Amino acid sequence: MFRLEARTSTPAWFNLALPLIAIAVTLVLCSGLIAVAGAGVIEAYGVMLSASLGDSYAITETLVRAAPMIFTGLAVAIAFRAKFWNIGAEGQLLAGAVASCFVGAIPMPGYLAMLLMAIVGAAAGALVALVPATLRIKFKVDDVVSSLLLNSVIYYALMALIEGPWKDTFSGYPISPPIEDSANFPVLIEGTRLHLGVIVALIAAPLCWFLIARTTLGFRIRVTGENPEAARYGGISVQRVLLSTALLSGALAGLAGVGEVGGVHFQVMSDISPGYGYSGIVVAMLARLNPLGVVPAAIFLAAVMTGAEAMSRATGVPAFLSDVIQGTALLAMLVALLFTAYRIRRVGAQT
Amino acid sequence: MSAPLIEMRGITKIFGAVKANEAVDLSVAPGEILGLLGENGAGKTTLMNVLFGAYAPDAGEILVEGRPVTIHNSADALAAGIGMVHQHFHLAPRLTVLENLLIGIPGKSGRIDRTRGLARLDEISRQYGLSLDPNLPVSALSVGEQQRLEIIKALFRGAKLLILDEPTAVLAPSEVDGLFAALRSMAAQGLGIIFISHKLNEVRALTHRCVVLRHGKVAGRVDHPASTTSAEMAKLMCGHEIVPPTREASTPGAAVLTLDGISTSGHAGMPLRDVSLFVRAGEILGIAGVSGNGQQALADVISGMLQPRAGTMTIAGKTVTRFSPRELQAFGLGRIPEDRMTTGLVTNLPLADSMVLPRIGTEAFSRNGLLNPTAIRAFAEAQIKAYDIRCPGPMVRAGALSGGNLQKALLARELAFDPKVLIVSQPTRGLDIGAARFIHEKFLAMRAKGCGIIVIGEDLEELLMLSDRIAVMYEGRIARTLPSADATVARLGLMMTGAEGKA
Repeated sequence: MFRLEARTSTPAWFNLALPLIAIAVTLVLCSGLIAVAGAGVIEAYGVMLSASLGDSYAITETLVRAAPMIFTGLAVAIAFRAKFWNIGAEGQLLAGAVASCFVGAIPMPGYLAMLLMAIVGAAAGALVALVPATLRIKFKVDDVVSSLLLNSVIYYALMALIEGPWKDTFSGYPISPPIEDSANFPVLIEGTRLHLGVIVALIAAPLCWFLIARTTLGFRIRVTGENPEAARYGGISVQRVLLSTALLSGALAGLAGVGEVGGVHFQVMSDISPGYGYSGIVVAMLARLNPLGVVPAAIFLAAVMTGAEAMSRATGVPAFLSDVIQGTALLAMLVALLFTAYRIRRVGAQT
Repeated sequence: MSAPLIEMRGITKIFGAVKANEAVDLSVAPGEILGLLGENGAGKTTLMNVLFGAYAPDAGEILVEGRPVTIHNSADALAAGIGMVHQHFHLAPRLTVLENLLIGIPGKSGRIDRTRGLARLDEISRQYGLSLDPNLPVSALSVGEQQRLEIIKALFRGAKLLILDEPTAVLAPSEVDGLFAALRSMAAQGLGIIFISHKLNEVRALTHRCVVLRHGKVAGRVDHPASTTSAEMAKLMCGHEIVPPTREASTPGAAVLTLDGISTSGHAGMPLRDVSLFVRAGEILGIAGVSGNGQQALADVISGMLQPRAGTMTIAGKTVTRFSPRELQAFGLGRIPEDRMTTGLVTNLPLADSMVLPRIGTEAFSRNGLLNPTAIRAFAEAQIKAYDIRCPGPMVRAGALSGGNLQKALLARELAFDPKVLIVSQPTRGLDIGAARFIHEKFLAMRAKGCGIIVIGEDLEELLMLSDRIAVMYEGRIARTLPSADATVARLGLMMTGAEGKA
């Protein structure tokens, strides 16, 4: 018989080992699906790996995909640190995308346009995140539910915009008009899509780490998340911390949308995000809410997404496998997290 | 005496490098109340967890009525007739008394057998004088009643031996008497009882025999607790003499904290009704009262966690009525909350974080919003040394520390900046004699330095020893304030029930 026994301390190597174990378990579990789909497991994973990280172009594509998930991953990681359960990164991303697209379409010098896009996009994301935070503070509304439901509100508002007043008159498709060419983010390597926003995302992660680990706001976020009662007793304004966290989290998610508009799509359409906001939750959990861990976690999920398409073409395994891997990875990580608090002990073997 | 109900022989339990129990022998006869004494960390809880099946012993055996048994879990323990009442109750608050009793007890064809449950409850009530309304939800019960339910639950499941882990820590003095009467009646009818406590006078009053643990080993046995002095028992527990601190006579200065006509509402517990009090520099004011008579609201108002509906509060002459906790601290208020684990500290973060929490925004620990990790660490290390806080270091999870060390850490954090006023609730609840002594000495040292201290407590002997004056709270009011020289445990006990002092 086995039994869970509470741990008194957690070994340091766990922080690194747990996500790796979770990912390994995920790949093993999902290999069953690949086999069911009639493909060779090693071959399928091989194609995924080479298509996502096999050459320099593939790597840039993976990084381009990772960028929005780095932002949403950071958004979720910081929010969850304060136990502000922001499940709304998707909606905040979309709001950031719409707002920045709106600004980017106004003729002005390129660098100014890009700066304004970032500011306005981040502000739009922050504003959306403020809604569940305010509802929680003022009316004790559950932030999981409100932030999640708000995603649909934003999504359909976006649809209404691009199907209606904002519909591109030139093409007639339900897409927004494009932003000005001068507002397109510069490409860093000729012949690839690696844009400025990717670099900003990679810089944002250590900045967020610094904020959490080395600033008084970060301290207050950590303490409030772990024990709001002790935080209040210790003189921290819990409400103010929640509001700051929501603004920060929403702004980061909004930046994910800015990067997609300025660096990848140059306009807004209904499928501008294949669920990057939700993937941010997986990323943040794999990263154990550590902003530095968000980067490798986002790159892993991006590689799975990029690789899954190539694998689908090469082996006939549906590309939906990428979603299965994401979901399984989250579950595996949640189970793995159990082992930071408990260990398995054999009991009752002796009689 | 007949064969022991339970016998533990040579029990050894090792955690890593620590021998939590080493060759411990212990037995309880039917009808016997055995006291299990020892400081925190002496191995009492480990030993009882071995008996209750939470840990498997590394050596030794357990005999129930002479037969060796192996206990893997609480179900085995219950089957062997061993019941345990933990410090933290395991009850479902939204279910009724009867439903809680019936949890896990199979009825006929999947249905709950309420009739039989009621009959059994009635039988237990009459047999041991433990009565409870079976239809009340647990959430409506007082702490004492919840404890009674835990005891009934163990008896309901056929316990012949009852283990009580510091049962009086949560009880008011009047409730303690009721508990003791019930325990004596249970023993008189042949049940065995193991009574774990720090409070020597309770152990002396109740138990027939005592086993004292120190560092995991049996340090001594006391065959006649009633005729043994507390000092002798304390010496067995600590291994050295314990000298109670003396409160030097002094002349208090001007009032440092005053409450004038404070009333509250919207609080979970008893609200305050027109409470006025003051404490002077160099004075300790004790607040006595049965738990739930407004002490929590009083502590919350003074520490800024609860805004009063009416009245004014001043510190050193300045009105601070609607100040936030942070503003009050900046104004020279130190606080030790009743619940150190939930209100005082952040158990999942490093100890250092909890120790600098109230002053994180000040120059001492941060500048321009950036933390100063070196200063934070140095402060924590210095306090750990100054207060002899036993821990691996400032970066250890606060929750890994024992209660006494946590309390020292909280005290260190609040006293480090020389408060003018200190408000403390239940400062030594759950602490062993050594740690409690340390805390008492710190309070008296602060008093000598001119700090005004309010001690809210239920341990009347502690209050009498520390306080210059004692105020008795009853139903949200201050029923009476008197110099501690005029007070006795008996007189305070009477006033706490509202019987005296409404004049």
